[in-house]
Amino acid sequence: MSKALWKSLCLAVVICLAAAGLASAQETIKIGVAGAHTGDLANYGLPTIKAAELVAKSVNDAGGLLGKKVEIVAQDDQCNPAQATSAANKLISDHVVVVIGHICSGATKAALPIYKSANIPVMSPSATATTLTQSGDYPNFFRTISYDAIQGKVSAEFAMDKLGLKKLAVIHDKGEYGKGYAEFAKATIEKSGKAKVVLFEGITPGEPDYETILLKVKQVGADGIIFGGYHPEASKLVMGMVKRKMKLPFISDDGVNGEDILKIAGADAEGIYASGPEDYSNNPIYKAAVEAHKKAYGSEPGMFFGQAYAAAQAYTNAIAKAGSTDYAAVTKALRDNLVETSVGKIKFDDKGDAIGVGFSIYQVQKGKWTMVK
Amino acid sequence: MEFYLEMLIAGLIRGAIYSLIALGYTMVYGIIELINFAHGEIYMIGAFTGLVVAGLLGASGLPTLGILVIALVAGMVFCAGYGVTMEKVAYKPLRKASRLSPLISAIGMSIFLQNYVLLAQTSDFVPFPRLIPEFKFLEPISHLLGSSDLVILVVSSLVMVGLTLFIRLTRLGKAMRATAQNQKMAMLLGIDVNQVISLTFMIGSALAAIGGVLIASHSGQINFYIGFLAGLKAFTAAVLGGIGSIPGAMLGGLVLGVAENLPIILSAFFADIGLNIDIPNDYKDAVAFCLLILILIFRPSGLLGRPAIKKV
Amino acid sequence: MRELSRGLLASLWMVVLTAPLLVVRVNTTDKVVTWRWGNMLWMAIGSLLLFLAWRWAMARRGGDVQAADQDSWFDKLLARIGQGPLRLPVILGLVLVALVLPLFVSMYEMDIYARALIYVGLGLGLNIVVGMAGLLNLGYAAFFAVGSYTYALLNHHYALDFWLALPLGGLFAALFGVILALPVLRLRGDYLAIVTLGFGEIVRLVLQNWDSFSFGPSGIANIARPTLFGREFGVQDSAIFIYYIALALVAVVIFVTKRFQDSRVGRALLALREDEIACEAMGIDKTGVKVMAFALGASFAGVFGVVFAAKQAFINPDSFTFIESAMILSIVVLGGMGSIVGVAIAAIILQLMPEYFRFMADYRMLIFGAALVLMMLFRPEGLVRAKREHYTVKDLSPQTEDK
Repeated sequence: MSKALWKSLCLAVVICLAAAGLASAQETIKIGVAGAHTGDLANYGLPTIKAAELVAKSVNDAGGLLGKKVEIVAQDDQCNPAQATSAANKLISDHVVVVIGHICSGATKAALPIYKSANIPVMSPSATATTLTQSGDYPNFFRTISYDAIQGKVSAEFAMDKLGLKKLAVIHDKGEYGKGYAEFAKATIEKSGKAKVVLFEGITPGEPDYETILLKVKQVGADGIIFGGYHPEASKLVMGMVKRKMKLPFISDDGVNGEDILKIAGADAEGIYASGPEDYSNNPIYKAAVEAHKKAYGSEPGMFFGQAYAAAQAYTNAIAKAGSTDYAAVTKALRDNLVETSVGKIKFDDKGDAIGVGFSIYQVQKGKWTMVK
Repeated sequence: MEFYLEMLIAGLIRGAIYSLIALGYTMVYGIIELINFAHGEIYMIGAFTGLVVAGLLGASGLPTLGILVIALVAGMVFCAGYGVTMEKVAYKPLRKASRLSPLISAIGMSIFLQNYVLLAQTSDFVPFPRLIPEFKFLEPISHLLGSSDLVILVVSSLVMVGLTLFIRLTRLGKAMRATAQNQKMAMLLGIDVNQVISLTFMIGSALAAIGGVLIASHSGQINFYIGFLAGLKAFTAAVLGGIGSIPGAMLGGLVLGVAENLPIILSAFFADIGLNIDIPNDYKDAVAFCLLILILIFRPSGLLGRPAIKKV
Repeated sequence: MRELSRGLLASLWMVVLTAPLLVVRVNTTDKVVTWRWGNMLWMAIGSLLLFLAWRWAMARRGGDVQAADQDSWFDKLLARIGQGPLRLPVILGLVLVALVLPLFVSMYEMDIYARALIYVGLGLGLNIVVGMAGLLNLGYAAFFAVGSYTYALLNHHYALDFWLALPLGGLFAALFGVILALPVLRLRGDYLAIVTLGFGEIVRLVLQNWDSFSFGPSGIANIARPTLFGREFGVQDSAIFIYYIALALVAVVIFVTKRFQDSRVGRALLALREDEIACEAMGIDKTGVKVMAFALGASFAGVFGVVFAAKQAFINPDSFTFIESAMILSIVVLGGMGSIVGVAIAAIILQLMPEYFRFMADYRMLIFGAALVLMMLFRPEGLVRAKREHYTVKDLSPQTEDK
């Protein structure tokens, strides 16, 4: 590139930076949002930014927080642990007071020690690895989603006790979320002795179909499938089952529970089960949030939108209650105060898990998720 | 026994999917010896173009088969456009550079196109309508061979035959072969090498679009990242068959499709003969790559590739 | 004027080409179609401006991208520094800047500089295999993973110290390099590339699936940070400490590469890249030399893998995907294959660029992809053209030695 072009480019960059500097010169309360915003997992991370922006807008329209405007600062980590530490450091140097994110459990684990040393609370809408809260290593971590161990247990018990299944095939997507769920389901089944795990296998996300694993399910004579993973793979599995005329109960997790699988698999999704947070689709706050999203961005919200919206609400509420952005005060407020959010009325326990985010089992009936338990 | 037959058919169908993408891959490689990493992205763009067409015509009342044909044509036309543009912008200026420079340019192009679609369309998985209608005559065996499976099998065989004939028999095909053998010599003989290469990209990209629309209709959903895995598998299939060889790409795809299921097949086989050895399906891709390495060690130019002649 | 009309034509072409994806967004389930004509306008203006900028840049370069490239200001600058008396002061100056840098920058910048240094090391390692030996390796991240997991696992199970793990990581990775090299060196060109790609994927898949060995996708957390004679550091200080460790290791690696390049094996490697048959005729042990190159390249990756694990304190298989290998390869090619300085510059650019693009949020990877293409177009031989050592015969007495 030539010198003149370089010069003009540099000038443009400087102007942008200066503009950014001016904007931040005003006193704001900065909420960081970290997660996969580009790359293959961007569809899990981008809705979180939108949720945070919508909450920030509604708070700002109502006069702001502690007399200041709320500002959203988003940083991309592509769900890559190395980038997650950079994003965390970047957010800290941008003086955020709290962080919503990260999206993937692995990236969250990599970033948490950095936030911890900087005394910044982190609240994930989607990182469900059991150890994040239950190990007690990260006192600054919260989440608005329940964790793998509980979900796996609920699903497995439902399959054995309510559906009376005896030979279960447990399939997962090899990711931390899906595999974690599947392993807890397997452990629950094996411990109870009421049923047998006849198959425990992983599939690679992103394949065109999953016909062969279904053939193996048929071969081993399973009478039900428990799947840990997300909706793209789940919908291909259920479509394959319909094609192969396999009428087995299909039980999955809350990565599947949502509108997406209904749109993609259509009628094929009829009758499948999935655990999910206590019903929040009829929650008035959630409904209003979805409407606001449609109005602002012209589309339906994506994955983990409800949880992310709740996280942003929990934060703004806690900061308002605490009357400051001080770490100790905010975390105490998060633990002490119940707050009405898009996923229901929640507060957080000592370990950081949300109280009030329970799990129930849903079934697709007449094209709609309906609670069965 | 039926299980093995079903496994074989499922494997062959998967193989046909790989072949369909690998054909375009191997064709571009055959002419200019470039591993076009962005080929998978063209495939993805083809699928999205098909989606847009299907969405626009969805309310028009056309039969699904009609929509499928229009989607295919639109996908092919636009992907050919993307292919030619990509070649002009990112590869042509590098034709004289070392062999690795266009490879990096291709990686950059691949990242660029992915993010272009991510920004222009969406990051979410979007449902893709099932454009391939259910065939009545397949009803009795639809659990073995669905109509989309049949279409993919037939189309990829047709494409292979057509492509082979095109390259063998037509004038342009002859020009392509000449360019592949020796660009300078071809130029001296009055072949417009630039045009031939552009044409290669056009055809290769149009083939990727066929794959994109058909496979998207088969799996029922797409997002901006589907090209990555598809491209990787197609590349593997193309190399396995002998890169640059068109029947090789087909064979490589089929072999890869079946071989990927070896963990399941072997586990079942061991169970049948009373051995308790279970190879988890988790290692499916690892098994496929191991097989690839083994085949290449014994046949270093792939299954149907011609061994490189060393000139001294 | 002619330029303008051609520009308009190009912009029209781009507008038509991108229309379906940029303008229309469909929702097939609800049968809703959204039209976004505004995007079309942006595309038209954007592509016109880009085209004119491109033509203008071309015109300045005399029409051909590469022709005017021979003696750009950058080459002249490098040549002047590389040969003249400025060489030593410049190197010392750079070292000094690198040494005092932690005093002036934030924690965030410390983190990304340390990462950039790790990639300098990785780039130099792959440079031996790809740049010097001419063997295209698409699975280099596997060796990186071997190093990282060596430290993470030994530390997890036996609380092994960072300093002991450092050579061990290199050793294990080198071992893997030999294991891979022996069967595959028979293959040439792209066949070698796909086999190394397969190898990289196999290593990653094993790490992802073999839970009882590698803890699967959930990875290994709480890896001990390096200590200095038993002294432990906090998160802040250890970031700086790791930066210095990485800096020192990069210095060592540069020194080793330099020595290797000029050694008997190194020269044999360069010769092999040019003409294998002639080399065999000259009696060079082809396999031995190549295996040595693979092992040395892999050991660099192993060592920096250990540093990476220590820096992250958490690793999982996500850090060692094919994209990672492609990124390291881009560093080598962009740097100018075989050139140490070039690889170092390219590693720093490619690692820091996405970070400094962060203010563009969602657009940063789009721009990164475009930048990769552009950099290749403008410097297809890499940033710094590798110079071959010239050996001149000083006097013609019978006991002449080269150099």
